Amino acid sequence: MKQKFDIITSTCVPLPLENVDTDQIIPARFLKATDKKGFGENLFRDWRYDKQGNKIESFVLNDPTYGGQILVAGKNFGSGSSREHAAWAIADYGFRVVVSSFFADIHKNNELNNFVLPVVVSEAFLKELFDSIYANPKTEVVVNLPQQTITNKATGHSESFEINAYKKHCLINGLDDIDFLLGNKEKIEEYEASGKSC
Amino acid sequence: MAKTLFDKIWDAHVVQVVDGGPTQLYIDRLYCHEVTSPQAFEGLRDRGLKCFRPERIFCMPDHNTPTHDQDKPIEDPVSRDQVDTLARNAAEFGLTYFGMMDKRNGIIHVVGPERGLTLPGMTIVCGDSHTSTHGALGAVAFGIGTSEVEMVMASQCILQSRPKTMRITVEGALKPGVTAKDVALYMMSKMSTSGATGYFVEYAGSAIRSLTMEGRLTLCNLSIEMGARGGMVAPDEITFDYIKGREYSPKGEDWNKAVAYWKTLKSDDDAVFDKEVCFAAEDIAPMITYGTNPGMGMAITGRIPTTDGMDDAEKISFEKSLHYMGFQEGESLLGKPIDYVFLGACTNGRIEDFRAFAAIVKGRKKAEHVTAWLVPGSWMVDEQIRKEGLDKILNDAGFEIRQPGCSACLAMNDDKIPAGKYAVSTSNRNFEGRQGPGSRTLLASPLTAAAAAVTGCITDPRELM
Repeated sequence: MKQKFDIITSTCVPLPLENVDTDQIIPARFLKATDKKGFGENLFRDWRYDKQGNKIESFVLNDPTYGGQILVAGKNFGSGSSREHAAWAIADYGFRVVVSSFFADIHKNNELNNFVLPVVVSEAFLKELFDSIYANPKTEVVVNLPQQTITNKATGHSESFEINAYKKHCLINGLDDIDFLLGNKEKIEEYEASGKSC
Repeated sequence: MAKTLFDKIWDAHVVQVVDGGPTQLYIDRLYCHEVTSPQAFEGLRDRGLKCFRPERIFCMPDHNTPTHDQDKPIEDPVSRDQVDTLARNAAEFGLTYFGMMDKRNGIIHVVGPERGLTLPGMTIVCGDSHTSTHGALGAVAFGIGTSEVEMVMASQCILQSRPKTMRITVEGALKPGVTAKDVALYMMSKMSTSGATGYFVEYAGSAIRSLTMEGRLTLCNLSIEMGARGGMVAPDEITFDYIKGREYSPKGEDWNKAVAYWKTLKSDDDAVFDKEVCFAAEDIAPMITYGTNPGMGMAITGRIPTTDGMDDAEKISFEKSLHYMGFQEGESLLGKPIDYVFLGACTNGRIEDFRAFAAIVKGRKKAEHVTAWLVPGSWMVDEQIRKEGLDKILNDAGFEIRQPGCSACLAMNDDKIPAGKYAVSTSNRNFEGRQGPGSRTLLASPLTAAAAAVTGCITDPRELM
């Protein structure tokens, strides 16, 4: 899971729907596992397969025209349930980056905690990116975390994106929050001694 | 400097602000259920860690629990394994555990408040987005992912960016037949499913103050459905009366001290919120959803919107949603036949919800073609139902009461709505397949659910009051 992050250049998978909730990313019946493995198989399960388990050819993950490590989605991606299984499924499927104009808060954190980078772009950049991908599915996008930029190579247009300096450091160095928190137990004990907790 | 209620609680829990990043926040309570905790416990084992403050962690299974025969082993071996795993983990790490058939078991967001575990001024987290429920008592409570659950187990802290603050004020008196659920569905329909993303919401105004504790729990529960990190109501006499005497609530001198502190937990008069939104109580009618996210709601007497004026991206999602539901733009839902009714969930599985449902069905009969699942939020709710004789009223009307759990809200147990069937549900999400693959959910209040259960079709509950 702790995959260091630097610069990623890849083609994209377009999913122009808005408000994609985590129940669609991974339906509840697949949440019964007690480990983190294999969730990619059921990513977007009910859009990807019919009731008999046959592939739904029209769904983008089943369309060989599109592929790559970057998922490009409509606004408000990852709303609803806090299930981190959604982030595990995205990572396990092979996506390293999700691009959208807006993310739900909990899911965004879950992606970051699994070394998947959520990149927030403007509505205009997103629309142009969808157009580029549909015009040429081989369109590549460059996501440069150190520089905090995303570039649509088809148009040459770039945008900068935000990420807090701490999380950026974690992604680039493959560190997680527990590594950080375990390193400052004294501060936690000091806080407890202050009597401010309930 | 003037502070909001949120600021006061958050600031009192800051351990440190990390350079260039998030806040390290101390957590008073971690609630764990069986679905989002096993990988966190596994993570602790991999790192050779114990829980840092086990006395602050409370565990109970709720998502997978069947709503019948809970005294027998769960039939589905995968569900059984997940529930057993939580019991084993709680024992191994020395955590309090309310197992199935324990009279303290139930949906974690129903149990926390009713046992006096959730108290004003606390920071509370759980690997579950509906943790926002606990904000009704004046706590900062929010849902987190499993990596964050592991973080809290390991350090009793979490790293979080400080959210912005929003105040939603509802002034006036709610009309008859309008419940806290309708208030929430109304807000979502106005603000959309992402309108409060990035914010922590405080609900205020005379209409909110006059809600019962249970109504406030329903309202705060649904904060996440507008995208909010959490929602809260300043504690007042209604809150203190609710908490007093509950199992884990402070007693004796501790109680007096606690109440004195809790009385300071309100936004200062000149506190500034990042965003303010106001609604009028009189504009709110009984609500129902027609689409596949909770923001797609309308007055039950209304008509489904049309795509006029929508941009292309919006239109694609809207049309996909109506196609899934089998509805047409511009149509009314009144009189549409329905197949299932679900009363329950962390949204509406409390005693007042059962009282409301019973008030409508009393002296009437369940429509023959409707399958109704009435699932109390906890054993404590179940006990109260029987104490008040509501079970008799419900049974006479042709309903049976099932055993507590999350049940058909997300259908991780056997309570699944079949593909293509319509369910009027008091739960919180109408997402595609939420209540079972292909299920079609219409979210509504317990009153509206009861009206549909006895008439067999979508009905304005005010006609039966």
